[in-house]
Amino acid sequence: MKIKEYSMKWLLAVVAALSFNAAALAQEQAPEVLIKNVTNEVLEIVRKDKDIQSGNTKKAIELVEAKVLPHFNFPRMTQLAVAREWKQASATQQKVLTEEFRSLLVRTYSKALTEYKNQTIDFKPFKMQAGETDVKVRTQIDQAGAKPIGLDYYLEKMPNGWKVYDIEVGGVSLVTNYRGEFTTEVRKGGIDGLIATLQAKNKSGEGAAPKK
Amino acid sequence: MRNLLVKRIPVLACVALLLGGCATSGNPKDPIEGFNRAMYGLNEAVDKVAIKPVAKAYDFVLPSPVKRGVANVFGNIDDVFIGVNNLLQGKGKDGIVDLGRFLVNSTVGIFGIFDVASNIGMEKHDEDFGQTFGRWGIGPGAYVVVPFFGSRTARDTVGLVLDVKTDPIANIHDVPSRNVLLVTRIVSDRAQMLPADKVIEEAALDKYAYIRDGYLQRRRNLIHDGNPPREKEDF
Repeated sequence: MKIKEYSMKWLLAVVAALSFNAAALAQEQAPEVLIKNVTNEVLEIVRKDKDIQSGNTKKAIELVEAKVLPHFNFPRMTQLAVAREWKQASATQQKVLTEEFRSLLVRTYSKALTEYKNQTIDFKPFKMQAGETDVKVRTQIDQAGAKPIGLDYYLEKMPNGWKVYDIEVGGVSLVTNYRGEFTTEVRKGGIDGLIATLQAKNKSGEGAAPKK
Repeated sequence: MRNLLVKRIPVLACVALLLGGCATSGNPKDPIEGFNRAMYGLNEAVDKVAIKPVAKAYDFVLPSPVKRGVANVFGNIDDVFIGVNNLLQGKGKDGIVDLGRFLVNSTVGIFGIFDVASNIGMEKHDEDFGQTFGRWGIGPGAYVVVPFFGSRTARDTVGLVLDVKTDPIANIHDVPSRNVLLVTRIVSDRAQMLPADKVIEEAALDKYAYIRDGYLQRRRNLIHDGNPPREKEDF
């Protein structure tokens, strides 16, 4: 009797755990699966799109906005890039900074897509401890006749799924690489100075016609 | 040209340090920023006028398999040097893989034209004397833009002198063939960088600072073989 009761409880626990897992799986993909799916989906489109291949940045931006952006955590990225000066910024300034930094990163990312030739992406083995909320997914760009370049994604588990908060290309973090420049700008002209510089940079990028 | 410059690197470094005294801008990693920016401007100008146009033509004219073959041949020669550095860093297994790569690619890969070794799972590494010194615990020192060679740290500048001294191509006795090979290597390396140019142009607020910070991050990453302790801060 005692045994029966015990196994019943155990069974219930297993069922509960399984259904919980199923619910969790339904609402989010594992980080490495997410990266793999998004990468494959985006490259599939770029491979077929002659406009993007010939340098149509506008079209590349649309693609990035639709497929890539939903998986990025821009407020976190901006905070990491602005670093120590972040706290000095008012809520409004933080919001504007995030918007400007976001469009700078989107344009950079889109530009990189237009440079895509026929590189392949190699997804490195991924291991994750149970309950981990901050992971690095490693991939590698293999290109004919050149050294492979590491392309790593840092993801953080958020209530609405895993979100990328940094990308490292060949060991260079896209986010922290701005720290030095941002600090210099803030020192020169305060948070507003940094915002103005970012706005000017983004304006000049928008104005420029896609070059070959 | 290359050797001549290399012999002058220590002198240049000293000049740089002297000049640095009066050209600081507050970044602790870049105490001689004034000098560096001047050298950076010089390198950019040389690149724009002489190197980039040639690299662009090379990239445009040659079919991909040829470019790949050329890059592979130089990469194959590099593998010996990479292997030696791995051994110096005490990474015996990696060092043996590098030397194995050289053997496989020089024979089965026909003088290194085909990178057969990568296809059979012998991974290519990236090592040099600067990284070896870093591995031995020597700090990077100040950031220096070396004329013609570009971004370095003080430690990597010393490494560069050794890199060039032990470079098999720079040591070829027949001067005309040596020069042809050196130029070809520069053009081939530069051509591989062409796509990155545009992306950096798009990304950087201040290209000099962007390249500097990127270089420093990359070196740190390489010394730790891709796994540097992440500088994590919460703000």
